[in-house]
Amino acid sequence: MLKEIGLNTAEELFRSIPEDIRLKRSLNVTEPLAESEIIAAFEGMASRNTATVKPSFLGAGVYSHFSPTIVDHLIQRSEFFTSYTPYQPEISQGTLQYIFEFQTLVAQLTGMEVANASMYDGSTAMAEAYLMAQRVTRRDKVIVAASVHPEYREVARTYTQHGDLEIVTANFDEATGTLSDLSALDEKTAAVVVQSPNFFGCIEDLSSLAKKAHAVGALLVVVVTEAISFGLLKSPGACDADIVVGEGQSWGIPASFGGPHVGFFATRDKFIRQMPGRLCGVAYDKNGNRGFTLTLSTREQHIRREKATSNICTNQGLIALAATIYMEAMGKKGLQEVAEQNAQKAAYAKKKIGEIEGFSAPFSAPTFNEFVVRGPKSAAEILETVRAKGVIGGLALSHYYAGHDNDILVCVTETNSREQIDELVSLFR
Amino acid sequence: MSIKKVTSHPTQNEALIFERSQTGRVGYRLPKLDVEAMNIDDIVPAALRRDDDLADVPEVSEVDVVRHFTRISTWNYSIDLGIYPLGSCTMKYNSRLNEKVARIPGFAGLHPLAPQEESQGALEMIYRLQEALAEITGLPGVSLQPAAGAQGEMTGVMLIRAFLDERDGEASKDRRVMLIPDSAHGTNPASAAMAGFTVKTIRSTADGITDMDHLRELCSEGGIAGVMFTNPNTVGIFERNIKEICDTVHGAGGLVYMDGANMNALVGVARPGDMGVDVIHLNLHKTFSTPHGGGGPGCGPCCCTAELAKYLPVPRIEKKASGEFFLNSDYPNSIGRVKAFYGNFGMMVRALSYIYTHGNDGLKEATEAAVLNARYLGHKLEGTIAKPFPSDGMHEAIFSHKNQAKNGVVTLDIAKRLIDYGFHPMTIYFPLVVEGAMLIEPTESVGRADLDAFVEAMIDIDREAKEDPDLVKNAPHSTRIGRLDEAAAARKPVLRWGPDMEAAGTSA
Repeated sequence: MLKEIGLNTAEELFRSIPEDIRLKRSLNVTEPLAESEIIAAFEGMASRNTATVKPSFLGAGVYSHFSPTIVDHLIQRSEFFTSYTPYQPEISQGTLQYIFEFQTLVAQLTGMEVANASMYDGSTAMAEAYLMAQRVTRRDKVIVAASVHPEYREVARTYTQHGDLEIVTANFDEATGTLSDLSALDEKTAAVVVQSPNFFGCIEDLSSLAKKAHAVGALLVVVVTEAISFGLLKSPGACDADIVVGEGQSWGIPASFGGPHVGFFATRDKFIRQMPGRLCGVAYDKNGNRGFTLTLSTREQHIRREKATSNICTNQGLIALAATIYMEAMGKKGLQEVAEQNAQKAAYAKKKIGEIEGFSAPFSAPTFNEFVVRGPKSAAEILETVRAKGVIGGLALSHYYAGHDNDILVCVTETNSREQIDELVSLFR
Repeated sequence: MSIKKVTSHPTQNEALIFERSQTGRVGYRLPKLDVEAMNIDDIVPAALRRDDDLADVPEVSEVDVVRHFTRISTWNYSIDLGIYPLGSCTMKYNSRLNEKVARIPGFAGLHPLAPQEESQGALEMIYRLQEALAEITGLPGVSLQPAAGAQGEMTGVMLIRAFLDERDGEASKDRRVMLIPDSAHGTNPASAAMAGFTVKTIRSTADGITDMDHLRELCSEGGIAGVMFTNPNTVGIFERNIKEICDTVHGAGGLVYMDGANMNALVGVARPGDMGVDVIHLNLHKTFSTPHGGGGPGCGPCCCTAELAKYLPVPRIEKKASGEFFLNSDYPNSIGRVKAFYGNFGMMVRALSYIYTHGNDGLKEATEAAVLNARYLGHKLEGTIAKPFPSDGMHEAIFSHKNQAKNGVVTLDIAKRLIDYGFHPMTIYFPLVVEGAMLIEPTESVGRADLDAFVEAMIDIDREAKEDPDLVKNAPHSTRIGRLDEAAAARKPVLRWGPDMEAAGTSA
């Protein structure tokens, strides 16, 4: 092939690169390794992640749920995982159809009219919701509850630091654990942003927040990090939310040390043209066959460049597929039952821990599968003792919230057996 | 003769899952609840509970779901079927080994907030990949946190902004111009806007590279924050004046951002850090073979000079003298977090596995093969398809529809007709600077026979364009559905299923 294009050596392929910037040595990375050596190297590293073999009560934005076997099996079909963004719809209908199903399922569960093809994750979806609220209302202030996931708030701050958006953090009520302080809400407010269940697991009164926001012409943005809660809790849409964003990791996606997961983004029809991200819609060919295609792309960066609604290019394709398969395999009954089991098991654990001498539940609002318990001494100390006995007991709230030294965020899902819960209770005791 | 595809078979007519739903069907089983059930009202009051019984959420069996997805999967083209020559996308082989190692339970099952002393293997894996990418780019500061290329770009330009704000203080507000070539990816200007920059466009020369005179002119106008350019650029040509570009922009007080989308032409051959680049993003899903997955997930590491490293997103993954790995958030000048947790970890595992598979010399050989394949393909098509630039390309070959357009056949038609020949089309109408652009990137993952077959198809289509242009203009003829009316779809968007939606096969 070299000869055919008139060259003698591979080096000549790079003639257009000036000599003085070519690398004259071998890269300082390993020699090529055999497949078996690579597996051994990675298994060696993975074995040092000892947390994965212990019962765990960690949540805080990443949840342990059982994923039906077919989820990971189906996403490994070549046709799904080795294809790309469906730029050529005639040979990408498989991808387009599942995106359309994902959009529909997200809209159904959030109770909203329309959802996009997915975002990187919940945190970036929330940041994009701030920017969209600013575009829709032409107002420059966002009020975010302090009970929204702290890392999400950090990401939103990064995204908005060079714009003209003011971010006001609203305190939560130390007695209920829910958003209490809306003193900053006024007619300059673009949106009130609240997470429910919030970072402490408490369920916010979304309907009442929506009323207050709408009274001054602001939007209500609801963030959901635990998507399993949709099976039991009133949907944000039914509570009159305007934008619903969140994290879909609970829909059968492995924790994978924090990613890749999948963000979702849902809103009302009237705001479609202000949405970020890809959208898939119905289209017909000239014989009247129904198909699907990416649509409304005039919002996007490849057309509008610096005036686009977002710089996002693709979606979170394969993870959105996994989430779609999960939701469909579980179906209506499964999504309801798994949500109810989470609520029941967490309620059981909350009750048992609350009965321990010196332990209490500091927040009175109802919770779903996560809750805060206050111990008799530092949470870090308690969790260290529990970990020494082989259990990851939860998250010390002081990791994110100063002044909450004795508080532990505990998450209980359907994957935690009663035996594990009882063990945790006895270790706390 | 006319042999038509049989379209009545169930595999060609799979409905939406909602249209398949039957009340009462289930496809799952959970263990029985093993704690005493409380009255649900005592856990969550009725006013906070759903009362719509999850209306219209599908009810299907497990085999329904398996058939559903298996059937629709067959309507996709994929790398595993053959050449997928989307220029700028680097559709190379996705090794199954990478899938396997990413699924090792010790990685896949790890919670990001697990105690650091119980996550050492994951932190080490990240650290090793950071070191490898620093070596490959020649840029020592690395963050793997950005979720995709566009986010890596945003991170990169935010580093520039943070640097300028600190260096210039108040005066930084007079330095907000980001120079971007007219051939750039749309994400570049969109990302620049997110960092508060305004965009000025640099022209390209007839040779397809940055117009140095125009660059100097723009720089002399002042207010330059930096330049964002792609190298090899988006027409696949190496910017041979790269050092001068960097010197000019640095001389004007700005910094140099390189879009690393085309790093597959450079790995092991030349390093951005040695060219004068200050910051770059990589696409692990392009250069480092992590699967494109129908449009994601990606992973867009940001690599920068030592000088810029203090602005990288936190937390950073570092190693203590004791050998212990840890998360370090103690960087007060950091631009902040760009994503919850540490990035798309699962993609990082795959990329490191790719690097281990190829090793030092193998990575360079892959680059050579990618460039050779593109050059060969470009050479074979020369004379048939118009070549807009005389220069040698690198890992991509760029063409224009000029010859075929004389017969009314345009790039879109050629792309659609390629589908009938069994190929995925190239990137079309990008970059915008080439009329009827066709950007072909074969990657290293194809052999000569496949390249020859692709070339033959293009030559056949050129002949068809002259002899029977309608055949090409109405393509594809071999797919389940024909060209879709995208204008109608955008006019009256239907973005979700509803019970009143028309079923498959009926006209709008």
